[in-house]
Amino acid sequence: MSRFLLTRVAGLVIILAVASVAIYGSMLLAPGDPATLLVGGGKPPNPELIASIHREYHLDDPFAVRYWRWLTGVLQGDFGPSLAYRDSVNHLLAERISNTLTLVGYASAIILLVGITLGTAGALRGGRFETSATAISAGAMAVPTFVIGALLAYVFGVRLSWFAPSGSGSGISGAFRYLTLPAVALAFSWIGYVAQITRTSVRAELRSEHVETADSRGIPRPGVIRRHVLRNASGPIFAVSGIAIAGLTATTAVVEKAFGISGIGALLVDAAAKQDLATVQAISLIMVASFVVLNTLVDLVTALLDPRVLKGRPS
Amino acid sequence: MSTYQIAGALRGGRRRVAVADPVMTAAGCVVALVVLVALLAPLIAPYDPNAVDPAAVYAGPSGAHWLGTDDTGRDILSRLIHGARPSLIAPAAVVLLATAAGTTLAIAAAWAGGWVDRVISGVLDVIFGFPGLIMAVVAATIFGPGLLVPVLAMSIAYVPLIARVLRNSALKERNLPYIAALQLLGTPTWRIWLRHLLPNLLPIVTVQATVGFGYALLDIAAISFIGLGAQPPQAEWGLMVSSGYPGILSGQAGQVLYSGITIVVIVIAFNLLGSGLSRKLLGEGL
Repeated sequence: MSRFLLTRVAGLVIILAVASVAIYGSMLLAPGDPATLLVGGGKPPNPELIASIHREYHLDDPFAVRYWRWLTGVLQGDFGPSLAYRDSVNHLLAERISNTLTLVGYASAIILLVGITLGTAGALRGGRFETSATAISAGAMAVPTFVIGALLAYVFGVRLSWFAPSGSGSGISGAFRYLTLPAVALAFSWIGYVAQITRTSVRAELRSEHVETADSRGIPRPGVIRRHVLRNASGPIFAVSGIAIAGLTATTAVVEKAFGISGIGALLVDAAAKQDLATVQAISLIMVASFVVLNTLVDLVTALLDPRVLKGRPS
Repeated sequence: MSTYQIAGALRGGRRRVAVADPVMTAAGCVVALVVLVALLAPLIAPYDPNAVDPAAVYAGPSGAHWLGTDDTGRDILSRLIHGARPSLIAPAAVVLLATAAGTTLAIAAAWAGGWVDRVISGVLDVIFGFPGLIMAVVAATIFGPGLLVPVLAMSIAYVPLIARVLRNSALKERNLPYIAALQLLGTPTWRIWLRHLLPNLLPIVTVQATVGFGYALLDIAAISFIGLGAQPPQAEWGLMVSSGYPGILSGQAGQVLYSGITIVVIVIAFNLLGSGLSRKLLGEGL
């Protein structure tokens, strides 16, 4: 176990280190002076400003020195200044991160609730219900987030006015009013994915010998489903849900942009349009890190839940 | 080992018999139709995609404008037809580049084994940690918006998706006796790769590329939607959804609806074609 843990964590650290070099080093690919990117706006500013940016960002130091300075700052939670927004990147993030976290949390809850219910019901009821549930989830995976978002905004926001079609609100009622449609849009394609895996793994458990035995011993059906079927099917369901939630992080950029939510995803897109590299680097690193960390956590918890995974893996 | 066995192994991968599959045929027809529309766009589009008609802003569907017009009075159908070109070429380029690089890396890793395999697999793992969208956004920050840069960034992001599956198949294939026999016969390595390994891996490559195309189309459309891909006034489906968005708030859903449905239908067609090909070529569902 400890060996497995150690290799996974070491792998995580290596991937994060390489990712940080790639994200910071992307600056080297820039045509011309990287200082123009740090100013943002894409236009060449006056030479004095360029010179002061060179001093402020130590752009004349060797790359390794600059990278190290940036990384130590990031590890201490300091992402430096954003010149395009005339603000510190930290402040920009602090204002927006709670909206993004609420959105991701809301969407994750929807994915788990609807995906697992739909998948389990499909496997248990079988027949036409299962066929249509499968078809719908396969179709849902092909609908882009921004299209379902637009349709939800039109039907439930504009036509029915149940929810706000765009913008941000505060508090729980604000989250419900403004974040429900974006959360559903964000969750939509992943619901199908989780439902699909839930259905196949529940189906496989239903056919297994221990469930047949439990059934033949006359144990009531709901008890068999809960204690024998769902419990054994929970491994793959958990793994897929974890991957789904990790995959949400990047898609927040699309959803926040579509619904006009002030979160870090929308900030990433706006900063990219302004060619504000400092902000883009910070948010990309945060998103890549949360994606990789969540994936590793899922692996670790899956291994803890099911010791067979450990044995099956070449260490 | 007998020549009979070698011949049997060499024939592998081409032994499946064609079976009629109505769903796959339908999906293939949709794909063929869309490609045809893209090729003939200027001939079949009723209007110039950028022709503005101030007298017909947000016109509903009619005989003159089958799908109505957008916020500046441009014909939506004509824009969808012209939009087929960039909307299909971009993901096709992603899949082509990613498949070429992914296949080469997979075969190289499986062939060399040892540290080469470990390095290639490690690099693929790192790339896999980068969501393609993030890679495209970083690239667009540095090089400015446009379709070319996100396409290149997305190709890199798609390499692990192709290479990981392929490496395992290449490894299995590489350990088959016919490869050892070819090596003993003194066949040059490049010849084994091109004439023997690649043809036997081609069914898997085809399936991966087909399914990958659907996802690439979604990703590229998303990049255009957030404003970092195709730029106005170009007709591109993702961009059309985004420029139709303000209309939604004032109750004009036409443009978003039609361009959205176009994307969904084509992605579903590619997914069904991919799983059909998988059943046909590999004998297994996706």
